[in-house]
Amino acid sequence: MSEHANDHDDHGHHHKETFVTKYIFSQDHKMISKQYLITGLFMGIIGIAMSLLFRLQLAWPDHQFTVYEIFLGKWAEDGVMDPNVYLSLVTIHGTIMVFFVLTAGLSGTFSNLLIPLQIGARDMASGFLNMVSYWLFFLSSVIMLLSLFVEAGPASAGWTIYPPLSALPQAIPGSGMGMTLWLVAMGIFVASSLLGSLNYIVTVINLRTKGMSMTRLPLTIWAFFVTAIIGVVSFPVLLSAVLMLIMDRSFGTSFFLSDIYIAGEVLHNQGGSPVLFEHLFWFLGHPEVYIVILPAMGLVSEIMATNARKPIFGYRAMIASILAIAFLSTIVWGHHMFITGMNPFLGSVFTFTTLLIAIPSAVKAFNWITTLWKGNLKMNPAMLFSIGFVSTFISGGLTGIVLGDSALDINVHDTMFVVAHFHLVMGISALYGLFAGVYHWFPKMFEGKMLNKKLGYIHFWITAIGAYGVFFPMHFIGMAGLPRRYYTNSNFPYFDDLLDINVVITVFALITAVGQLVFLYNFIHSMFFGKVGSQNPWNSTTLEWTAEVKHIHGNWDGPIPEVHRWPYDYSKMNKDNSNYVIAGQDFVPQHIPLQDNEEELSH
Amino acid sequence: MTAYLVILVIILFGVAVWQINKVFKLLQPAQPEDSEVASDKDNNTQGYMMLGFVFFIYWILAYCFWKWGNVLLPVAASEHGLEIDQLMLVTMVLIFVVGIVTQWLLHYFAFVYRGSKDKKALFYAENHKLEFIWTIIPVIVLAVLIIYGLFTWTDIMSFDEDDDPMVVELYAYQFDWRARYGGLDNTLGEANVRLIEGINQLGVDVSDPNAQDDKVVTELHLPIGKKVLFKMRAQDVLHSAYMPHFRAQMNCVPGMITQFAYTPNITTKDMRLEEDVIAKVKYINEIRTAKNIDLIAKGEEALEMYDFDFLLLCNKICGSNHFNMQMNIIVETEEEFNIWISEQGTIAETLKK
Repeated sequence: MSEHANDHDDHGHHHKETFVTKYIFSQDHKMISKQYLITGLFMGIIGIAMSLLFRLQLAWPDHQFTVYEIFLGKWAEDGVMDPNVYLSLVTIHGTIMVFFVLTAGLSGTFSNLLIPLQIGARDMASGFLNMVSYWLFFLSSVIMLLSLFVEAGPASAGWTIYPPLSALPQAIPGSGMGMTLWLVAMGIFVASSLLGSLNYIVTVINLRTKGMSMTRLPLTIWAFFVTAIIGVVSFPVLLSAVLMLIMDRSFGTSFFLSDIYIAGEVLHNQGGSPVLFEHLFWFLGHPEVYIVILPAMGLVSEIMATNARKPIFGYRAMIASILAIAFLSTIVWGHHMFITGMNPFLGSVFTFTTLLIAIPSAVKAFNWITTLWKGNLKMNPAMLFSIGFVSTFISGGLTGIVLGDSALDINVHDTMFVVAHFHLVMGISALYGLFAGVYHWFPKMFEGKMLNKKLGYIHFWITAIGAYGVFFPMHFIGMAGLPRRYYTNSNFPYFDDLLDINVVITVFALITAVGQLVFLYNFIHSMFFGKVGSQNPWNSTTLEWTAEVKHIHGNWDGPIPEVHRWPYDYSKMNKDNSNYVIAGQDFVPQHIPLQDNEEELSH
Repeated sequence: MTAYLVILVIILFGVAVWQINKVFKLLQPAQPEDSEVASDKDNNTQGYMMLGFVFFIYWILAYCFWKWGNVLLPVAASEHGLEIDQLMLVTMVLIFVVGIVTQWLLHYFAFVYRGSKDKKALFYAENHKLEFIWTIIPVIVLAVLIIYGLFTWTDIMSFDEDDDPMVVELYAYQFDWRARYGGLDNTLGEANVRLIEGINQLGVDVSDPNAQDDKVVTELHLPIGKKVLFKMRAQDVLHSAYMPHFRAQMNCVPGMITQFAYTPNITTKDMRLEEDVIAKVKYINEIRTAKNIDLIAKGEEALEMYDFDFLLLCNKICGSNHFNMQMNIIVETEEEFNIWISEQGTIAETLKK
C-alpha cells in the first residue's frame, strides 16, 4: 500500500492551479471537505430556520405572524400559516437536516478532510470521483431548494414520504411537482453518497502509510470507514424505493398502491403495498441514523482522548462496538414498523435485535466516561461539545429502550415522544459531533487559523441548555398522547393543556437558534481573521498535525511520515515511571519510533 | 498641609505599586490567555460550569415532572393497557436510575479532572475485567426487559377467535372516521373501495348476506368488559387508528386489512370520575374560560366547556387536516350499548331509503 502512495510523492504541487480548479472544481480533498462543510452549514441554516417557523405555529397557533408572510408568501396570507405548508416545513426540515446536514455535511466534511490526513495519504483514491461526488451533492441541494418555489408547494408527506400520500397529488398538493423534485434530488443524493462512500472505503483500505495497520487507525477513521460501508449497503435500497415511487407516480405502476378511492374516483392501481415501501425506506432509514451518528462518535472519541490527555479507554472495544452497531443497524429497521400491520412475530424479532444494539452503545458510553476519569481535561470548546455529545447520547439513547420495545411502542409510536427521542440521540448529538469537529479541526481547514474560544464557550452553553430545554419537555407532550405532525394541538379541547409546554419549547428553540449565530459569526470571522496557532495546537498525536499548515496538494511537502505506534499515546510514562516517554511532553505522535526507555504495548 | 502630603504619598505609593505590577506583567512570558487554546483558568471555569450543568439537567427533569406531570395520560382504560403501563413503569425506573447515575459520572469527572499545568493524566488504556462487567450488566438487564416486553407484546397481539370478540371495522378516510359493526351475526360483510357509490360510503358489498345487518356509525360505542376486535381499512392514504387511553394503535393501510384487539375496562362515566381526569378537565376548562374572555371581548363566539371523552385520533400524516381527524369513543355498560346499537339502522335499511 505504501508503494502506491509513494508513487505520488512528487505529484501535485507542480500543477498551475487556476481559480476554477482551486476553489470550484477542485480535486483536493481539503478543498472538497470545505465545500461540503459550507454547503452543509448553508442547508443547516435553512433547515433550522424552517423549524423556527413551525415552532412559532405550534406555540401560538392563533397568532398572526408577519414573519410567515415574509417567508411563506401566498401560503401564509394575513400571517396565518396554511396547514399544508406546515407539513411542507416539517418535511423539508427533516429531509435537509438528516440528509443534507448530518449525512453530507458531517460525514462528507470530515471523511474528506481526515481520511487522507490521518492515514497518511496524499489525497483520496480518486480525486476526480470525489469532486463528482461533491458536485452531485451540490446539484441535489439546488434541486431540493428549487422545490421550495414550485406552484403547489414542496413535498409535504413527511421526511419518510410514505405512499400513497406521497404518490397522489390529489391527496396533498405537495405531492405534485414538489414531490417529483424531492425524489429527483434524493436520487442524485444517493449517487453522490455512493461515490463518496466507495472512495472512502478504497482509500482507507489501500492508501494507508507505512506502519499504519488497521489497529493503529484513529477511531475517527474506523468510524468513517464503517459508516461508508453501511452507506454502500443501504443507500441503493433507498434509490430503488425512490425509483419505484417515481414509477408509481408517473408511469402508472402499482408497486405501493392498491384499492384507493380518492377525490371521488377509484384509481386503477391494484396489488401494491405501502408496507413494502416502508420496508424499503427503513432498510435505509435505520442504518441512516447510524450513518449520521457513527462519524460523530469517531470525532468525539478522538477529541476526547486528545483533550483528556489520556488514551481512549478500550480502543479495541470501541472498534468492536462500531462494528457491532454497524452490523445490527442493518437488521433493526422493523422497529419503525411495529404497528404498520406487519406480522406481530416480526415485531418480536425486531424488538430483540433493537434492544441488542443498546449493548454496544452502552459500552461506548461507559468507555467515554472512563476516558475522562483521572484525565487532565483541557476544556477546549471541542471538548465541551464532546462531553455534551455523550450527555445527549445517553439521554436520547435511554428513551430508545421505550421505543424499541414493541409493546411500549404501541402507545408512543408517532407521538412527540419519538420526536424528542430522535432529536436528542441523533439530531443534537450528531450536531454536537459536527461542532466538536469544526472547533477541533478548524486550524486544519483554514491553514492554522483558530476559532475564538470565548465565543465557542458561549455557543456551547447556549446550545447545551437550549437543547435540553427544547427536548426534555417534548417527552411529556408525547407521553400525553399528542401525535407528531399536528398543525395545531388546540383544535379540539383534549390537548389544550399542552399549549404552555409548547410555548416553553419554542422559546428555548428561539434562544438556541440565536446562539447559533454566535457560531456563524465566529466561523466567518475566524476564517479570515482567526488567530494563527501552532502547527499542532491541541498537542495531538495523529498524523494530520504533521502535515503542512499551508494547504498544498499532496499534504506533506517531504515524504509521507511513517507510523510506529497507535494514535493514543497520551501521558504515557517511560519504563521507570520517572517522566513521560518524551521528557516534558505528554504525548507521543504516531510517527515517532519506539523510544529506548519505553515499554511496548500490544497496540 | 501635612494632610495634603499624606494623601500625595498614598497616591504616589498606589501609582508605584500599579507600575511595578505592570512591569512584572510585562516581564512575564506571553500570557497563554492570548491563545485560542484553553488555559488553566478556562479549564477551571468550564469545569465548574459542567458541574452546574448536571444539576441543571436534574432540575429540568424535576421541574418537568412537578409542573407537567399532570398532562400525562390517565390510567389505562383497557385490560392490556394496565400491563403496558406496568412495563412502562419498570422501564422508566431503569432509565431514570441509569440516566441519573451516568450523567452524574460524566459531568462530575469533567469537573473534578479539569486540567491544569501541574496535573498528570493517568495512562489507562484498557481493563478487560471492567469492560466485561459493563458489557454483561446491560446484557442481563436488557435480556430481562426483552423477555418481559416480548411476553407482553405476544399477549396483546395474539388473541383467540374462540373468545368470540365483537368485530368492529374502523374505516379511515381524509379526514374522518367511520365505524362498522358486524350486526346480529357479528360478521362484517365484504367491502372494497371499488364498490363505493352514493351513500354506500364504505364500499360494502350489498349482495353479501353478511353485510345486510352491518351498521355504519360516526361515533364508536363499546360495551365494557367485552373483547373488541378492530379491523382497520383505509380509503385513500395511510392513517393510524390511535386510541391513547386504551394504549392501542394500528395503522390503516389502503389495500389491506389490519387488526388490533382489546377489552375496555372502564366506562366513560367512571373515567370522568377519576381524579386525574377531573383535574385535567378542570384545568382545560380554566384555559378555555380565559380564552373566552378574549373572544367575547372581540365579539366572537365563545368556546364550549369541555368534558372528558375517549378519543380515536389519526396518528399517521395523512394530509392537510391530519390534525383534526378524530372520533369520540363511548364506553358504556352492556345494557346501554345494546339500546344504542338497536337504534342504529342497518346497511340494508339505509340503502333502501
